[in-house]
Amino acid sequence: MSPGHMLYRGREGMWMWVVHRVTGVAIFFFLLIHVLDTSLVRVSPEAYNEIIASYKTPLYGLIEAGLVAAISLHAFNGLRIIAVDRSAWALRHQRMLVWIVWGIFALLMAGFLPRHLMHVFGGA
Amino acid sequence: MTVTEDAPVGEIATLNVTIRIKRMNPEGTPARAPGESYWEEFHVEAHATDRVLDALHTIKWQEDGSLTFRRSCAHGVCGSDAMRINAKNRLACKALLKDLNPSRPITVEPIAGLPVVKDLVVDMEPFFASYREIMPFLVTTGHAPTRERLQSPEDRAKFDDTTKCILCAACTTACPVFWTDGQYFGPQAIVGAHRFIFDSRDEGQWDRLEILNDKAGVWKCRTAFNCTEACPRGIEVTKAISEVKRALTTGEF
Ligand code: FES
Repeated sequence: MSPGHMLYRGREGMWMWVVHRVTGVAIFFFLLIHVLDTSLVRVSPEAYNEIIASYKTPLYGLIEAGLVAAISLHAFNGLRIIAVDRSAWALRHQRMLVWIVWGIFALLMAGFLPRHLMHVFGGA
Repeated sequence: MTVTEDAPVGEIATLNVTIRIKRMNPEGTPARAPGESYWEEFHVEAHATDRVLDALHTIKWQEDGSLTFRRSCAHGVCGSDAMRINAKNRLACKALLKDLNPSRPITVEPIAGLPVVKDLVVDMEPFFASYREIMPFLVTTGHAPTRERLQSPEDRAKFDDTTKCILCAACTTACPVFWTDGQYFGPQAIVGAHRFIFDSRDEGQWDRLEILNDKAGVWKCRTAFNCTEACPRGIEVTKAISEVKRALTTGEF
């Protein structure tokens, strides 16, 4: 038997806090890379072109899909947090709002993913 | 009316449960180094109506007298026995064994974020220090009136919820922000402040709000709602925190 705490059994609110944190950090690193690669054009246009070309590979295509997922989750959960902070109704129904956030997320991804993946893998 | 129960009339059904307890003895035991924490399992025969606290009593009184935990009232009033039971903070005296899926081992750990003193006992001092800091007492100016300070039922209702707090620390030690940042006042201190900030008879609101406007104050709340779900008194803790945030941004009480 190992010591150490058992993972706390929080509910939707706690898991959305984790999701918000993780997606937030992921978006931060994306932006950091994005700023760096864009500023590369001033240093060396050839290197810039090379990097941008690598973004068209399937691997980056998948990372891009992850980025869109992270941003949409972070955005809609952000709206949920604002709502929870401003209205007593939203506060009391925060768990339902969590599932609405996931619903909107699923809808957006259902629209985006097929087209995007066709683009990445099919070269359409 | 016919009685078709298995157990004879008047007899309470029994239940065999396994309790897994996270233990720590600061002085060490023959088998364990001082301060080492480890899990230990106990098998208890309990009544179907028993609570986790009863099972802990059985263990302490019949199996291992060194098992250490706090309790006083045993009826959910004093706030002594908050523990992490099956990975959630609850009062041992309000958690019925039969509600905890007794066919599997029931885990009991000390609440997190406060230093463990022994077994299930934690040092509550940092928690009480935060509570003291928000000045949990009536602050007034001028002469004391000769009669009681009157208040309308509507004004009284504004802070009714936060008067129910028993300082058990179940909320504060369920908060993921508090686990990683011990400086954070924590939900309980904010509940304690709310009780006076929204009291029309009190005049110390802005002193308390200023304390909670600190970087270790209400703005640390990430609305994870663990506190609200952990509160054994059913206080809407996150709502109280939100109301304090709103008071800070709008100046309205
Ligand atoms: S022992 Fe008093 S609240 Fe549980």
